[in-house]
Amino acid sequence: MFELLGIPPQVLFGQLLLGLINGSFYAVLSLGLAVIFGLLNIINFTHGAQYMLGAFGAWMLLNYLGVGYWWAVFIVPPIVGVTGIVLERVLIRRLYHLDHLYGLLLTFGLALIIVGFFRQFFGVSGLPYRPPPLLNGGYNLGFMYLPNSRAWVIVASLIVCLATWFIIEKTRLGAYLRAATENPTMVGAFGINVPLLVTLTYGFGVALAGFAGVLAAPIYAVNPNMGADLIIVVFAVVVIGGMGSILGSILTGFGLGLIEGLTRVFYPEGSAVVIFVIMALVLLVKPAGLFGRSV
Amino acid sequence: MTTDTNPIAMAAITSVGAAGMPRHHLAIFAALFVFLTAAPFLLYPIFVMKVLCFALFACAFNLLLGFGGLLSFGHAAYFGMASYVSAHAAKVWGLTPELAIIAGTLVAAVLGLAIGSLAIRRHGIYFAMVTLAFAQMIYFFSLQAAFTGGEDGIQAVPRGHLFGLIDLRSSEVLYFFVLAIFFAGILLIYRIIHSPFGQVLKAIRENEPRAISLGYRVNRYKLAVFVLSATLAGVAGATKAIVFQLASLTDVYWTMSGEVVLMTLLGGMGTVFGPIVGAAVIVTMQNYLARFGDWVTIGQGIIFVVAVLSFREGIVGVLAKWIRKPL
Repeated sequence: MFELLGIPPQVLFGQLLLGLINGSFYAVLSLGLAVIFGLLNIINFTHGAQYMLGAFGAWMLLNYLGVGYWWAVFIVPPIVGVTGIVLERVLIRRLYHLDHLYGLLLTFGLALIIVGFFRQFFGVSGLPYRPPPLLNGGYNLGFMYLPNSRAWVIVASLIVCLATWFIIEKTRLGAYLRAATENPTMVGAFGINVPLLVTLTYGFGVALAGFAGVLAAPIYAVNPNMGADLIIVVFAVVVIGGMGSILGSILTGFGLGLIEGLTRVFYPEGSAVVIFVIMALVLLVKPAGLFGRSV
Repeated sequence: MTTDTNPIAMAAITSVGAAGMPRHHLAIFAALFVFLTAAPFLLYPIFVMKVLCFALFACAFNLLLGFGGLLSFGHAAYFGMASYVSAHAAKVWGLTPELAIIAGTLVAAVLGLAIGSLAIRRHGIYFAMVTLAFAQMIYFFSLQAAFTGGEDGIQAVPRGHLFGLIDLRSSEVLYFFVLAIFFAGILLIYRIIHSPFGQVLKAIRENEPRAISLGYRVNRYKLAVFVLSATLAGVAGATKAIVFQLASLTDVYWTMSGEVVLMTLLGGMGTVFGPIVGAAVIVTMQNYLARFGDWVTIGQGIIFVVAVLSFREGIVGVLAKWIRKPL
């Protein structure tokens, strides 16, 4: 077997694979944040809690109703999206005329409430989610072993990311959305229901978070706190990438996941902070973010 | 924060000159002093000291948000890191408490300078996210670094002898040391707000392009207020470590950053006395509702939502509206 810089290939590729999985979550979550920010101009702090809701949704479907993982993949994201739509209609909507920072504070408060409830009723020790049979096992690729469950996460997030990109950049609905991002008043004057578009966009962004949660359920323990720390890293990812471009969010997410994986191989102590260090460097060199327009 | 909807705009318009303290502010400070001098004999001193530390923390945060218009979501970094350094200095280096607190404060100032100079490159929401992310980096550092004691934190920090002379083991004696720090901090913040520097800050908060066009080097002012705020947050954190004889991960975690935002928002951002009231309310709530576990978190979340939706002036902001005087 060949070795790279004294690192056995199984270790190297194993960590790169883990990095790619983290990157999948960064990409899907930062994509949701970017879509919401584009139209609503708020940073959705509830995103981490909604990711957690997705995982709990899958867990509840399996344990209370006996509905399996493959159904959950399709059922849970719309449900989480609908909870987001309710939040938007009832609460977030009232803040659009104010400074955007109030939106951040409101969604932070909502996150505390949601996470607090789940901690109260489900504890913090984490609940196991039994993966479906199809995700057990894996392939030996020669240089490494690829478990099915991990391959599925990467493929599914890529599909969702690209589908989102296609909807926003290539369809008529996406064109409305991009137009409303530029100038909501003008788009409204053309007879498009902008408030409805805003609500649906928030619901869609939240559904993306819920989808990430369903993906996370079989590989991480389902835990009320699972979204809290993750979302802060995703914020850093968003700062690095800038929220101007959909493809930019996707690329930054996967790329930073890979870098994190590499760091875990060569300098494990730094893996938790490497993304923040990159953020500091990007702020020094290109403050608007790699793909961002200057804000 | 925009002018028309900003609860603090009123305070900005009616604010007094740098020359003297308006009479009703003087009266409030005097009343506060009398009350806080009597407080340790009426209430549990440790509890009041906790309120004082958090009140100073919230006032330092309010200096940045309420007067500089900058929402930092990572103030736990300065509070917590100062608390670690102060605890380490008192326990391992055997420094006297006042030197330990100074050591913690200096580290918070340096940290504020480093993070602040990066964060002010972005505005608004990005600024909040950048500060939050750097604070999380400090949290991970504290989790792994050897001197912080990881999950255990630094325990059994000696309170020591003030100036090497006065034994602080008695909570009553310690209380007056903490009270002195608190008042020094609050009066310093009051002075900063009402200085020419403070007026320029308000100008930047209200209309940054205009301030630039008037020839002010806006970024220098922003960085200065950021460092001042981080330093004073450091004073609060360093003092808290001596009071509780403990520095732990809780102090440096993002929940702490959220709590100080909540205290300021609830009390009234951009007011002088609001953060003190907000800190008192939140600390009291945590103390007496602690046995209800996660309901405290839920309660804090609900206060956040209600405050943002329909109580943006905060408690003191509403009072100020009633008496038509800035508080």
